[in-house]
Amino acid sequence: MSAANGIEVVGLVREYRKGPRAVDGIDLSVAPGEIYGFLGPNGAGKSTTVHVLTTLLPPTAGTARVGGFDVVKEGPKVRSIIGVALQEAALDPLLTARDHLRLQATLQSVPKSERRARADELLERVGLADAADRKVQGYSGGMKRRLDLALALVHRPRILFLDEPTTGLDPQSRTALWEEVARLRREDGVTVFLTTQYLEEADVLADRVGIIDHGRIVAEGSPAALKDEIGRPSVHAIPCDERDREAIARVLGRFGEPLGSTRDVAVRLREGVGLADIVRALDAEGLTLLDLELRAPTLDDVFLAKTGRTLEGAAEEAEVEPGRGGV
Amino acid sequence: MSAWAQIGAIVRRSVTRTARQPASIIPPLVFPVALLAVNAGGLRASTELPGFPTTSFLAFALAVPFIQGALFSTMNAGTDLARDIQTGFLNRLSLTSLRDWPLLLGQLGGVVVLGTVQAVFYLTVGLVVGVRFESGVPGILVLLLFGVIIALAFGAVGAWLAFRTGSGEAIQAFFPVFFVFLFISSMNAPRNLIGVDWFRIAATLNPVSYMIEAVRSLIITGWDWQALGLGFGFVTAIGVAAFALAARAMRTRLTRT
Repeated sequence: MSAANGIEVVGLVREYRKGPRAVDGIDLSVAPGEIYGFLGPNGAGKSTTVHVLTTLLPPTAGTARVGGFDVVKEGPKVRSIIGVALQEAALDPLLTARDHLRLQATLQSVPKSERRARADELLERVGLADAADRKVQGYSGGMKRRLDLALALVHRPRILFLDEPTTGLDPQSRTALWEEVARLRREDGVTVFLTTQYLEEADVLADRVGIIDHGRIVAEGSPAALKDEIGRPSVHAIPCDERDREAIARVLGRFGEPLGSTRDVAVRLREGVGLADIVRALDAEGLTLLDLELRAPTLDDVFLAKTGRTLEGAAEEAEVEPGRGGV
Repeated sequence: MSAWAQIGAIVRRSVTRTARQPASIIPPLVFPVALLAVNAGGLRASTELPGFPTTSFLAFALAVPFIQGALFSTMNAGTDLARDIQTGFLNRLSLTSLRDWPLLLGQLGGVVVLGTVQAVFYLTVGLVVGVRFESGVPGILVLLLFGVIIALAFGAVGAWLAFRTGSGEAIQAFFPVFFVFLFISSMNAPRNLIGVDWFRIAATLNPVSYMIEAVRSLIITGWDWQALGLGFGFVTAIGVAAFALAARAMRTRLTRT
């Protein structure tokens, strides 16, 4: 692999003083031009990893090279080739989008003669040309995110870090951002390291996904390969009468292993079991259902298989365990 | 890109955002002048005390707004920087090729611009109400230079507090403490005429007294090299110490590699 646009991480650890190991010995490799999705619940260590890879935090142990440069020894060189949009779109509410782009372009050493044209090009690309001279304090969340992305791109970075770029966005803004990220990779060959807690986002955008939980990577591969690993579909039943829940679980249990964390009654099917077998068995017991669904494996199933929890459940745990968290 | 261009970009941002916040500009201009007017009216009789150095209390008290304005600068510089820390804007700046010391100087540059505007405003008010400068035009230039240095020194104190605490609220909580220094000084009476012993001793130990007296000497005395030396000396010492502390706190705050 050419190291020029890639990311190589070996045994990376980040420990907070008096705190837990937010990142606990991760290894990962991102190829040039690849979109790597870093998927995990809140507090899993995603943002801490991004902070280390973008030189904002020194690692406690391990090594990381971004674009061929060591993040500890060659911080300024790393910063010169990366673009970063962190979790919070850190913008000055009193500046306009154009002020932000001018400042960023100056600090990123974009030649003076190119700054105006580059700002216009980016404003047009992220759909903020009409709002370019308005103060950011009047922007919507989606507009702030788009400006954040434009700022990350101002110096034409080879590697782009996006930390939960679509959190809090409406579906339309989310889709627009996905399209822009895909375009950056397709047309400009930018390597993208994207953290997300949205399964769909990782599924749609990422060439490969790393699933992180409690600071450790628990699974890695293309979304398709990860889902294939799980292999078997699951069946999800919603009882008409809540009192039938146990009986339904008993019947479904004959066809596979229960998926305990889900809100409906669900089992991962054994090889060779068909939906018709299940319907017949439920009918024989006189059990009626509101809904019965056969689902292909999702990344959530992968997460569940690897950690014993669903992503949603892990996020709820993280909320009651605030000590372990991102930066 | 040169460090100076980086400093210029940060200064421009600082000035732009300050110019767009009337609440950051108007109080530092109006409040000290209003206090000056009140004091000049209420304490006019003190000029009749034997040994009082001038017959115009306005001329005597005009030095105070320069220090008060600098205190406002401290708070503004500190709260702006703390807000940048809280919102993550500092991280945004850290992720550019911006080096550490231009970041600090750039932040303070904005304070200096505001400090200069304030100094010119107080000076203009003084001239309009008929205060004569015994040190003449060169004295006015020295006064402006002193105003800039005070703003820079006190701004560095604000930056230090911001890097240390990362909280705008904490900096605002310090503001009354700074004002205590101002009030326990020779702002309203020459030190030799302060009758209360503890107050006179406190004013003598308070560096703010010497800053006020340096400005005051340019207005009412002429060229008093001892007063100027003490004033410039204290403000430079505070500035150097605050700048060193701010730089150190900044390195701790910016853990970037």
